[in-house]
Amino acid sequence: MSIDLKTIKHISKLSRISVDEKKAEKLAGDLNSIFDFIEKLNELKTDNIEPLTSVAETTLKLRSDEVKSKNIREQIVKNSPQENEDYFVVPKVIE
Amino acid sequence: MSDITKQSLTELVENIKNKKLSSTDITKAFIERSENSKELNAYITEDYTSALDKAKKFDQKPNLNLKLPGIPMAVKDLFCTKDVKTTAGSKILNNFIPTYESTVTDNIWKEGGILLGKLNCDEFAMGSSNETSFFGNVQNPIDKDLVPGGSSGGSASAVAGQLTPITIGTDTGGSIRQPASFTGTVGLKPTYGSCSRYGIVAFASSLDQAGPMAQNVKDCALLQEVISSYDSKDSTSVDFKRNQYSKELTNNIKGKKIGIPKEYRVDGMPKEIEDLWQKGIQYVKDCGAKTIDISLPNTSYALPTYYIVAPAEASSNLARYDGVKYGFRAKGENLIDMYEKTRSEGFGAEVQRRIMIGTYVLSSGYYDAYYLKAQKVRKLIKNDFDEAYKKVDAILTPSTPSAAFKIGEKTNDPVSMYLNDIFTVPVNLAGLPGISIPAGHDSKGYPLGLQIIGKAFDEQNILNIAYAMEQKINFKNKITDWWIK
Repeated sequence: MSIDLKTIKHISKLSRISVDEKKAEKLAGDLNSIFDFIEKLNELKTDNIEPLTSVAETTLKLRSDEVKSKNIREQIVKNSPQENEDYFVVPKVIE
Repeated sequence: MSDITKQSLTELVENIKNKKLSSTDITKAFIERSENSKELNAYITEDYTSALDKAKKFDQKPNLNLKLPGIPMAVKDLFCTKDVKTTAGSKILNNFIPTYESTVTDNIWKEGGILLGKLNCDEFAMGSSNETSFFGNVQNPIDKDLVPGGSSGGSASAVAGQLTPITIGTDTGGSIRQPASFTGTVGLKPTYGSCSRYGIVAFASSLDQAGPMAQNVKDCALLQEVISSYDSKDSTSVDFKRNQYSKELTNNIKGKKIGIPKEYRVDGMPKEIEDLWQKGIQYVKDCGAKTIDISLPNTSYALPTYYIVAPAEASSNLARYDGVKYGFRAKGENLIDMYEKTRSEGFGAEVQRRIMIGTYVLSSGYYDAYYLKAQKVRKLIKNDFDEAYKKVDAILTPSTPSAAFKIGEKTNDPVSMYLNDIFTVPVNLAGLPGISIPAGHDSKGYPLGLQIIGKAFDEQNILNIAYAMEQKINFKNKITDWWIK
């Protein structure tokens, strides 16, 4: 298989990573060599194999739905890139 | 005492308990050596002033019942430390100061450990040479311009260079064991579910595990005893009876059955790795263990599987870095433009590459062909181990297919870089514990490691085997202090 520039542009959109022409070409080269390597898996027949989603063989524990962290708004917004003590600030969304 | 930094953790704890050394003496010694070792670039953030304060406070009222009484240590910069910058080696977290503590580091501080600083690593732990860090590559104390391995490269360099007596790393595909092997140190990747993932910057959540790195097996066992705990804040933390790993450590491994998997004899593996492995087999026999030839038939599919599963999980985990809630933000014309520029400027090339792979294999139309396929092969790989463990108690392999390589040697070829992890990755896919111990040198004098893989939650057993082998191997790390002027 081959990943072309159009596919790279599509993945970059899905990934929310902007990519210029030069970077797209480099990525296409890298991804193609990586996927050539990954294609090895096609040698294996896996039709009747159950997929392994987790190695932890325990079932998830239940807990009561209680608020444990109270009044931590200040902590939550402390690292926000644009300062505003009450909210996260983003570029204008509604026209 | 000028040779404080040469002492093992066990010796330092002993000296604190005997009152021959104070926490302040020890902390000062490691700070001084770290200050003289800037050339290694092992640290991202230093926390020396605070470390000295804590050491003095400890000395005023020393609690000698703790497991790490007043012992200073630096940790990989992937663990969130409250009020101390945590970057994961990335520009995108360059200004991130956690308001909470990871469970693993919290366990260490509760047992008397003192934070010296945060250690360099590959960006988001994605790399095998510590060259993907936004904060620059790390030097291996073994030789100039040699990579220390990765992703816990700063951690391995700091332990080998005696900048910290012990440290913790994280291991998603070999990131503790491979750098341990490259630096002549000991590194344990515990069973998935043994150490809490709470507060560790996530890479691939079904594979990530924290673990100890040290100069010898006993120190490693003691640190594992401290960091391993059940934690309700990590939904995959497992509630099992944990051993007192250091107290229960024994070199009596008589009658243990050790599997030797033929599939680990890979094409193009240097003869010195094969020779080392044979020596290892002889060592375990000398200790009274039996070796049994086994087969792990799907071994060669582990790396391709890993390079689907890990990037897929990473692309999902790293979606949170959008420039909104924390971390770096680039200016954009609108919200989407801001996201795209933030991620393009904030992530390095390797991280972007893996996000793209992960996004692709999870995207509509490709999910079954890649991600589902990989999960099925992952099952086969785990089945191989389950089958082998019906016959053996542990498995012995080389840790890496080569010794450490030069900085820049593999940066242009991602696949050749990925091949470094060929012997370590299957262990993560199966969720098993694995330990790398230094076992010899190559023709250039660079260290080589052997890996012992155990059954799930059988850390004690592989620590015991490692401990017994360590005494036979009698490895001496060749540290010349070349970086100290």
